[in-house]
Amino acid sequence: MSIKDKVIAIIAEQAVLEPSEVSMESTLEDLGIDSLGLVESIFSIEEEFDISVPFNANDPQASDFDISTVASIVAGIERLQAEQS
Amino acid sequence: MKRVVITGAGTINALGHDVPSTLAAMREGVCGIGPLELRDVERLSIQIGGQVRGFEAEGRYNRQQISLYDRFTQFTLAAAKEAIDQSGLSFSGELAAKSGVVLGTAGGGVSTWDDNYRSVYEDGKNRVHPFVVPKLMNNAAASHVSMEHNLKGPSFTVSTACASSNHAMAQAFTMVRSGLAPAMITGGSESMLCFGGVKAWEGLRVMSRDACRPFSANRNGMVQGEGAGVFVFEEYEHARARGAQILCEVAGFAMSSDASDIVMPSKNGAARAMAGALADAGISREEVGYINAHGTGTAANDKTECAAVADVFGPHADKLMISSTKSMHGHLIGGTGAVELLACIMALRDGVIAPTIGYEEPDPECALDVVPNDARDAEVKVAISNAFAFGGMNAVLALRAA
Repeated sequence: MSIKDKVIAIIAEQAVLEPSEVSMESTLEDLGIDSLGLVESIFSIEEEFDISVPFNANDPQASDFDISTVASIVAGIERLQAEQS
Repeated sequence: MKRVVITGAGTINALGHDVPSTLAAMREGVCGIGPLELRDVERLSIQIGGQVRGFEAEGRYNRQQISLYDRFTQFTLAAAKEAIDQSGLSFSGELAAKSGVVLGTAGGGVSTWDDNYRSVYEDGKNRVHPFVVPKLMNNAAASHVSMEHNLKGPSFTVSTACASSNHAMAQAFTMVRSGLAPAMITGGSESMLCFGGVKAWEGLRVMSRDACRPFSANRNGMVQGEGAGVFVFEEYEHARARGAQILCEVAGFAMSSDASDIVMPSKNGAARAMAGALADAGISREEVGYINAHGTGTAANDKTECAAVADVFGPHADKLMISSTKSMHGHLIGGTGAVELLACIMALRDGVIAPTIGYEEPDPECALDVVPNDARDAEVKVAISNAFAFGGMNAVLALRAA
């Protein structure tokens, strides 16, 4: 599975949707993922890709890791993999 | 109904090993938060906390006691002794038979769990010390206080996360107010600053890596603390008859449940608890001079709490003072309400309002007088102390000057 497919699988599971219903343009908010779901998604991403994501729920925008869409999450993972490998 | 007064107070926390040193530190705006010193700290992403320093069990307790006392129990016993000594009470006969202990803790003997899991999982040992269970159980601290001070009445432990102490003190208050007990030992304790305890909190992504800055626009989360606060709640006539020194009166309380989210706070639940405490105490909102805030320094709590205060107090919200001493001692989780009650006593008895330190930038969503950075002299007749727990369980106490 590509990074994109893995991220979509993680997000779809959190949103209780089929992967086909999640697109690269989807925002977590559109998919109905709340703050708890977001923290859990980030945990799943860290576990799946063996990376550490800098994320503080008090200030989600402060982190370099952009969680606004599935596409931005994929880009963030690629960057962290390169930095942390 | 009987009146209830506080005739003894004890504590140990990051600011001091007793009440006078803690209040002196609060007056000076001392920050007790610093780098954590604990095993495997390098594997933590959160490496700061309000740790109690210079507290050695050895010398304070004997070998047999240490084998039974988790750190949260050690803290409790130290604070309870200070409180009971100050009250001048000694428990025997009828007084002993009716007086008890109600304490709050969220985690109980977390270090004992941590050490023994490490032993069996990491070190591969197949045997643990015989006293692991009586050492880690949440009621261990209350039990040891009852044994140490001969308290034979109703005793139990309350666990409602960050509101544990306030819920515990509310129970003790109702027991004395109803005439069930002439005196109760109450408050709470927590000691989660071990690898597993901090690691669990890290997971939730709500912890700050640098400081606890309640109500400040640049706040970025909570910081854990540890310690205990213990009080003697005594029936007023009983205290007066023996000429006891009265620190303040406990006038009322209220509890509420948000019934909405397991971690996100609710303005309505917080407001109902504050309004309920005033109603229970027969206090009008204009009488309240000081609120010891829950004020965790998270984005969600502080704005919700300020909105709830504005709802309950209306125009008076702009006249009262509200501060969070968590900025100094950290969040003692199940013990936090007890240590924070000391700030209310200082306000009512000494006329000194503890500051919210670390305050750097005003937040329009927290536009109240948060007593930023410096303590303030002010005469206060009524104070309330807020605790709003994960799980949406809230408990607020209302106190009056003696």
